[in-house]
Amino acid sequence: MESIKDKVAIVGMGCTRFGERWDVGLNDLAIEAAYEAYEDAGIGPEDIQSCWFGTVYNPLTGGGATVAADALKLHGIPITRVEDWCITGHEALRDACLAVASGMYDIVLALGVEKLKDTGFPGLGTGRGMYPVYEARRTAPGSFALMANRYFHEYGISPEEGKRILAKIAVKNHHNGSMCPKAMFHNEITEEQVINAPIIAWPLGLFDCCGNSDGAAAAIIVRSDMAKKFRHDPVYVKGLGLAYDSMLPHNRPGFSWTRFESLISSSQQAYQQAGITNPREELDIAIVHDCFSITELIIYENFGFSPWGHAKEDIESGFFNLDGGLPVNTDGGLKCFGHPIGASGLRMTYEVYKQIQGKADTPARQVKDVKLGLSHTFGGPPVVSAVAIIGRDIG
Amino acid sequence: MAGITSYGVFIPIYRLSRDTIAQAWGRGSLGGERSVANNDEDSITMAVNAAFECLEEIDRQSIDGLFFATTTSPYIEKQCSALVATALDLGDEIITSDYTNCLRAGTTALTLAVDAVASGSAKGIVVTAADCRLGYPRSDFEQLFGDGAAAFTIGNSQVMATIEARYSLVNEMTDLWRLPSDTFVQTWESRWVRDEGYSAHMYKAASALMKRVGLEAKDFSKVVFPALDARSHRQLAQRLGFDVKTQVQDPMLTTIGNTGVAYPLIMLASALDEAKPGDKILLGAYGDGADILILRVTEEIERVRSKQRVNKYLASKLTIPSYERYLSYRGLLETVPGETFRLFPSATVSWRERNSAIRFHGSRCKRCGTVAHPIQRVCPNCRAKDEFDEVRLSDKPGKVFTFSLDNLAGRSDDPTIVQTVVESELGSARIYCLMTDCIPLEVKIGMPVEMTFRWLYDGAGFHNYYWKCRPIRNGGA
Repeated sequence: MESIKDKVAIVGMGCTRFGERWDVGLNDLAIEAAYEAYEDAGIGPEDIQSCWFGTVYNPLTGGGATVAADALKLHGIPITRVEDWCITGHEALRDACLAVASGMYDIVLALGVEKLKDTGFPGLGTGRGMYPVYEARRTAPGSFALMANRYFHEYGISPEEGKRILAKIAVKNHHNGSMCPKAMFHNEITEEQVINAPIIAWPLGLFDCCGNSDGAAAAIIVRSDMAKKFRHDPVYVKGLGLAYDSMLPHNRPGFSWTRFESLISSSQQAYQQAGITNPREELDIAIVHDCFSITELIIYENFGFSPWGHAKEDIESGFFNLDGGLPVNTDGGLKCFGHPIGASGLRMTYEVYKQIQGKADTPARQVKDVKLGLSHTFGGPPVVSAVAIIGRDIG
Repeated sequence: MAGITSYGVFIPIYRLSRDTIAQAWGRGSLGGERSVANNDEDSITMAVNAAFECLEEIDRQSIDGLFFATTTSPYIEKQCSALVATALDLGDEIITSDYTNCLRAGTTALTLAVDAVASGSAKGIVVTAADCRLGYPRSDFEQLFGDGAAAFTIGNSQVMATIEARYSLVNEMTDLWRLPSDTFVQTWESRWVRDEGYSAHMYKAASALMKRVGLEAKDFSKVVFPALDARSHRQLAQRLGFDVKTQVQDPMLTTIGNTGVAYPLIMLASALDEAKPGDKILLGAYGDGADILILRVTEEIERVRSKQRVNKYLASKLTIPSYERYLSYRGLLETVPGETFRLFPSATVSWRERNSAIRFHGSRCKRCGTVAHPIQRVCPNCRAKDEFDEVRLSDKPGKVFTFSLDNLAGRSDDPTIVQTVVESELGSARIYCLMTDCIPLEVKIGMPVEMTFRWLYDGAGFHNYYWKCRPIRNGGA
């Protein structure tokens, strides 16, 4: 089994402004992201040899990959639509990387688009899965609150203390997002605001939950040996991890609700490929799946950023702040971007890509000397996790 | 000799004060409270809950029939007893039958079940009776009616009460009725209904039977008659010679109300809770005529006498805070709809999944013993393929492993949804389900729960049922 390390490079990326984009549709979002990526790579649509297109809510797209074909006029080339819960954007990226690494294509487009604000309701909907009754009245906040209550219980944390720890994550991400023009929210918040906000799914309040938004992001992937022809600062793919758990991990006897096989395995796969043995020290930034504040905390531990049960200390010391040892969600995360599902994985990778190039949109949030960064999405009830590690230098 | 071998009741957790109803309308209150089915309950679910109580001590192999009696059938066409029997995890080579349209349907089903077992055409039959009738808003019936269910098993051995004699009388009069299009019970002038209908025919049937078998009021420990109202109920008993203070079974008008088909049978269960071997009980039911039964209690009653099956349901209750909430829970007031369900109701999927979803079976791996729900063909622990036994999880208690209180997923009239991961007593199986009949803010990890069959939603034009958990109803202990 070979590693993907340094086989392919990202030479162009695009990302729309995320938010309630009432005035644009799915096609407009796709165009906005793809054309920014073309421009960034110095290519045109005629250079694209194949495309991986990620989106989740198919009924609104007309099915298949028609949005990419119709909006971008990518006629006569293969376009593959991918859908894999919240990791959809990462899956498009991963498949594009594998295609180039195989040697079959030299220049491909990975595109993730989601238009949530056409559905008529503010959440992702109630009820999950293909079965009529097993997951009736299930929602995303409810599912992740199951984790929070169990985490508090397992580590003997009172709900009050637990809410205060989680609040610090939301405050950090809002601070970062306040400096990110493409984010949906730009407001700073306080711990008190987070703690006193209306409860969405106990113990998670309004500010523990990410927003719902529209957005798209795109990446141009090429062979590494071609990368410098496109730009002087390409970003190399170092590791791609993906792991599944059962559809209903909560039905598995002994399942802890604080340790997730998909998180642990997907991060370990990517670390091994990238040659990382101590992610806490070796990674310069991480953009992780903070759909809810508790998710970010759980990820700290499952990814080996913090020892089991000790994320609290790192949160309190500011280890994950912009000026900390490992800045996490430097752009504000899902918390400030919202989570247009198919787009998020590529949006997160866009942030790592820009940080590595030293081109963060606002200098105040540019992390110094970023050589290696991680992006990550976590999807389903949750059931699947995807990690992409990219870096500045070959080798 | 054929007779009752076990009994159970189910009273919904919710009570509505009659003063609350009266205040809403600026009218007089009948006093006390009535039971109200939760927004996930109907006659089918209540019947299943009651029957689980009486199946506790009964081997399901000894059951080859299930009867369901109601006037509030969730289906006009489609047999409810088939669903009740499946939820109870009875075998499929059984006789099932629905008894409907008449308030005597429960006593009729009970009598015919005893006949079937006595004749040898059946070994054991579960008889269930449930109702949730609606009175017109502002009417006396609205205050008087309650929701509830009772269940009995009928068999040939370990019989705790036998039917010694019985008498039925038909009375064709349009005193209470509902057309297929009616939501509410219609009635004629109440004095005529009471005097010429209920009082006259109950008296006639009861006195005829007592005369026929040569028994007097003093020979009975209890008279168990449903009541239209407290006064006519008392007068009827007195006229038959019973002592109101010691011999008349409490008609539970101030605690539950008139539970329709289930009413006399819930009262009978209550009488059995207090009965002694040798007691004789005079049981009556009224509706388009009268059924009168004489039951004799045997030594077997000692098996269950301490259970206090009815009292535990009387004691564990929650109050519906407003009349509007009651209207909404019963589907009489349309409230803001929630988000569209992202679910795929499908009759074929439900049918294929019936063992997991309705019988509430899990799979127990023959190799490593892991119990999983829903049934898993490949063991989630050791990956053994198709090597499992099905095990019933519906009658096993469990504990809350984790939970969430979701304010996004609920109905607008019931905004907080309690999602739970339950760890079952059986093999520590994990069950993902909703919690019902609870106070959300009191839910805690480690809290003991039991499973309860409920209606989830209507989709694809039919009712979708599943299991939820609830705090254990042990009478406030």
